[in-house]
Amino acid sequence: MSFLQLDSLAKTYPDGTEAVRGVDLCCQRGELIVLLGPSGCGKTTTLRMVAGLEKPSAGRILLEGVDMASWPPQRRDVGFVFQFYALYPHLTVRENVSFPLGNRALSADAQAQLVEAMAERLGIEALLDRYPRQLSGGDQQRVSLARAMVRKPRLYLMDEPLGTLDADLRLAMRELIRDQQLRDGVTTLYVTHDQEEAMSLADRVVVMEGGTIRQSARAAEVYADPADLFVAHFIGSPGMNFAQGEVRDGAFRAEEFVWPLEGAWPPGALTLGIRPEYVRLASEGALRGEVLVEEYMGSCRYVHVDTPCGRWVLRSEEETGSQPGEQVGIELEADGVRLFDGQSGRRIQ
Amino acid sequence: MRGLRFLFVGVYLCLGTLPLLWLGITSLKERPDTISVHLKWLPSGAAGAEDDAYFAATLDAYRQLGVVYAGADHAFYHYLKNSALIGLLSTLASVFIGTSAAYGFSRFPIPGAKDWLFFILSTRFLPPLAVVVPVLMMYREFDLQNTHLGLIILYTVFNLSLAVWLMKGFIDEIPRAYEEAALVDGYSRLQAFRLIIIPRAASGMAVTGVFCLISAWNEYGFAMTLNNQDAVTVPVYFAGLQGNVQGIPWPQVCAGVLLFVAPIILFTVLVRRHLLRGVTFGTLKQ
Repeated sequence: MSFLQLDSLAKTYPDGTEAVRGVDLCCQRGELIVLLGPSGCGKTTTLRMVAGLEKPSAGRILLEGVDMASWPPQRRDVGFVFQFYALYPHLTVRENVSFPLGNRALSADAQAQLVEAMAERLGIEALLDRYPRQLSGGDQQRVSLARAMVRKPRLYLMDEPLGTLDADLRLAMRELIRDQQLRDGVTTLYVTHDQEEAMSLADRVVVMEGGTIRQSARAAEVYADPADLFVAHFIGSPGMNFAQGEVRDGAFRAEEFVWPLEGAWPPGALTLGIRPEYVRLASEGALRGEVLVEEYMGSCRYVHVDTPCGRWVLRSEEETGSQPGEQVGIELEADGVRLFDGQSGRRIQ
Repeated sequence: MRGLRFLFVGVYLCLGTLPLLWLGITSLKERPDTISVHLKWLPSGAAGAEDDAYFAATLDAYRQLGVVYAGADHAFYHYLKNSALIGLLSTLASVFIGTSAAYGFSRFPIPGAKDWLFFILSTRFLPPLAVVVPVLMMYREFDLQNTHLGLIILYTVFNLSLAVWLMKGFIDEIPRAYEEAALVDGYSRLQAFRLIIIPRAASGMAVTGVFCLISAWNEYGFAMTLNNQDAVTVPVYFAGLQGNVQGIPWPQVCAGVLLFVAPIILFTVLVRRHLLRGVTFGTLKQ
């Protein structure tokens, strides 16, 4: 039995907006699950329903087998980290961190000890007597983490905790969160729209769009074998290259681009996708196009090529010497080719 | 431009403070100096000539506030106590009920919330004195005339619309995330309200309190109509001294009025920085 299970969870707002449409998700104990998707995909609403801050319209939330969908938040024993920290501004850091302990049968000494221990763990001992407004964003988020963790809750729920931090601070905080989570082994749901963050943190990435789960798998799998066109396009930066065409005479055809298919394929609409690292410039090639621009990214280059199938991006480790306006051929590596159903967008192979 | 500003503020300051200043000067006089045909406006140690501007300053008027004058049953302090009791309790009630109602309107989806809020505001549309007679009849029915409770209820009700609207502005500005954090931290909605919202809304409550206190403190019409003995407030007491056979005791009246307005001035100065936010709330949004 899974530790946390969302069963056909749905949320429709009074104005008719369907924020979440039937989400099914199973999490094992100790797993760190990242809900990833564009804004408005329902990931935050899902998280808030697990916390009890939104009332589900339908479905169950089973924690250790007990449905808590109708419980008020204070009964659920979860730690929540908010995007904008939500530290109580009129309380000191010490009071903020000990706030979740205030309602428990704990002596003042025991409380103080827990707070001190937590502060030491997150490196905020020196800040205990300051007020939140006197802290930097990174320190505020540390305090907010400490507040969520001090009670040793059954779940950590994190709503874009790094969304407002600077890039280098994000990296450090990401490691901190992962370390602390591994140390406690507390099952965690983590919401973000940053795929890099999702890939690096997650035991499992759950890609959401339009209120539904598009794919739930390990990061490498989501990247290499996206479940559908949305995931293929959304994951990876830049996303997958696509060619929309059809199956005819045992091959995929789009304009003059032909890609032979193995096995027997029924005729019909098909979309071919391939990631930028599996395509390269060549004098000859299955696909031809005109170079638009070459982007230098430090460790690699992206060459944008205007093809009859739309704009394709090629990743290259070395200088390609291509000039804007030049006619070039594109060569595909068979390993990288993914085929999607032209109608449903689901991946076939 | 700067000079013009100073001129404007200066003139306004004089206009505003002159009555207070005059009250202060008069409270230091003896009664004959207050009704002298010659303008006496410069305090001095000894009495001046009959026709110059000097008068002998004395604090006698303040000492004599405890005297019971003809036209009243008690001395000034008795009425000040009434005013304080009624003013403070009605202010507390307005602010407390107003804050609670505003929290509800701010945080929960209430069917027809806009209409309710408009209804609450609409209780201010009628000039209060227009309902004196109906209120009088109701109060007679419930034996609320001549009671402190009667005036407390009345002022609370009159100030409530202002309190709800002002407090809603303040509470709307408090991010929901604070309460949500408190809820997941294991506290009930009521505890979150008490521990998180009230401290955050404190300055707003002080502002609302000032407005409620001022209107309850200064109210005259109802206090006069509904009372003639037990719960007479200071404004009614002073008005009652008119038609006194011994003449109005002007120095004592002025001394009393000064003491009466002092707490309001003090309270207002204390929260003046929040007052501006209170009266401009909502104007920067949208």
